[in-house]
Amino acid sequence: MSASAVEAIGVERRFGSVQALAGVTLEVAQGEFFGLLGPNGAGKTTLISILAGLVRADRGSVKVLGHDVATDYRAARRSLGVVPQELVFDPFFSVRETLRIQSGYFGLRHNDEWIDELLHHLDLTAKANANMRSLSGGMKRRVLVGQALVHKPPVIVLDEPTAGVDVELRQSLWSFIRKLNRDGHTIILTTHYLEEAEALCGRIAMMKAGRIVALDSTQNLLSRFAGVTVRVSAARIPVTWAAKLLRREGNVHYLGLDSYADLEQLLAAFRVEHIAIDELALAETDLEQVFLRIMSGTETTDDAPPLVTVPEAP
Amino acid sequence: MIEGPGTGWLTLLQKELLRFWKVSFQTIAAPVLTALLYLLIFSHVLESRVAVFDGRVAYTAFLVPGLVMMSVLQNAFANASSSLIQSKITGNLIFVLLPPLSPLDMYAAYVLGAMVRGLVVGAGVFIVTLLLVPGSLTIAHPLFALAFAVLGSAILGTLGVIAGISADKFDELAAFQNFLIMPLTFLSGVFYSIHSLPPFWQALSHFNPFFYMIDGFRYGFFGLSDVAPFYSLALVAAAAIILAATALLMLARGWKLRH
Repeated sequence: MSASAVEAIGVERRFGSVQALAGVTLEVAQGEFFGLLGPNGAGKTTLISILAGLVRADRGSVKVLGHDVATDYRAARRSLGVVPQELVFDPFFSVRETLRIQSGYFGLRHNDEWIDELLHHLDLTAKANANMRSLSGGMKRRVLVGQALVHKPPVIVLDEPTAGVDVELRQSLWSFIRKLNRDGHTIILTTHYLEEAEALCGRIAMMKAGRIVALDSTQNLLSRFAGVTVRVSAARIPVTWAAKLLRREGNVHYLGLDSYADLEQLLAAFRVEHIAIDELALAETDLEQVFLRIMSGTETTDDAPPLVTVPEAP
Repeated sequence: MIEGPGTGWLTLLQKELLRFWKVSFQTIAAPVLTALLYLLIFSHVLESRVAVFDGRVAYTAFLVPGLVMMSVLQNAFANASSSLIQSKITGNLIFVLLPPLSPLDMYAAYVLGAMVRGLVVGAGVFIVTLLLVPGSLTIAHPLFALAFAVLGSAILGTLGVIAGISADKFDELAAFQNFLIMPLTFLSGVFYSIHSLPPFWQALSHFNPFFYMIDGFRYGFFGLSDVAPFYSLALVAAAAIILAATALLMLARGWKLRH
């Protein structure tokens, strides 16, 4: 059997008093489109940084295509393309120079054919000879994507790649990433846009406080948490329903119901406690609702351990 | 796509060279001008007042190798340290940290880039002074001069790597430059022979590693030196090796680069 695209076993990392990763075990099969979600500070970027060799794990091991990121770092890094979260660039160089230099770092010369193709797909051909400083934020972001892909890595990690990229370009960027995935590249994505993750990722891990709290196919996650989310504007919610509260923003309460049948009881409870409802809206379960439920802790996977089986490659 | 051995570090070297070449007015022309100003002012003021090597060498001629070497050293340091600190602060060092470059690849590229910058500026200073004060200089032992220039630039390039990795902010790097590199350079005998110093300062100068670089380099020109040139050469080579080992260890540990 061929090696997993990424295999992390018991990865721990502490920064001072903060336990950034508290034992993460994760396996991503080759060819997957994998999502890594979680609130800020959950440990996503730390995990990716360990994968990329930018941060060292205190404990545990991480392999890329079977190559340990610490002991066999050359092969591991050659297999990996990372789009960093920060919008960084070298102001001394043009777009083409930037891509050529990055290509050279990976040991590749005369890579202009692929660089031209990248420029085309990233809609940067017209800017090829422009200095990095003169580019807009969205363009700089796309150059970062190009730099990550310049050595045709089998495993591509995108850490918040669409932040600051406008909607139209986001679409073209995703269709390009999808094409790479169809061509056999493994994609690992972190994003704050949950609808993006829902649309793109075949499997999703959700992280919270340095741990993986959910790991399943996107379909299973959605059906596991099938239900209805109710958004109620009211001064408070009935005390008997406090356990169902997912999130609260001022007067707006988000409640997770198991089914529509619960709705009647909920409204009855409001009546009994004489709470006026200013506004009420219903939403079907989408990834955002699942995310909220998991992060609010009303649903944990402690009793149902996350699936860590490797699905068939598409 | 062609994959070649050594392409990685050669590309990093090429990037380091392009980086200073693209702003060569600031990185080459400016330090050459600074050295020339020193030469014009000091030689004008001191030519008839300072005797060096018991009057066997004219002061202006004495000054030229000192200024050349000072330019080599300062620019080698500046190149490696400023490249690293800029990349660290802007965050683009990640482009170098993500690829499969080994600690030795990184060390070789940054130090060689620094050496080229130092030697180019030094050669610039040398050529311009030859034009300005023609006939003032002989080169008795060119290989000695070259060996000290190469080793000196390697040492300062390595110090630049160490300082660039250690510093987290520009002012920390400036402190390194102003409180260590500058005093050691100015007190190394660029502008005077240490024999003209009182005994205490003369003895202290022997603890300044920069003194041996300047003195040995100057020996290459006049065949005269304050200490035996082979002794200086051995000391300078030893310093180069120790510093290189230190810098390589820092890079291998990923200290301040890979958390």
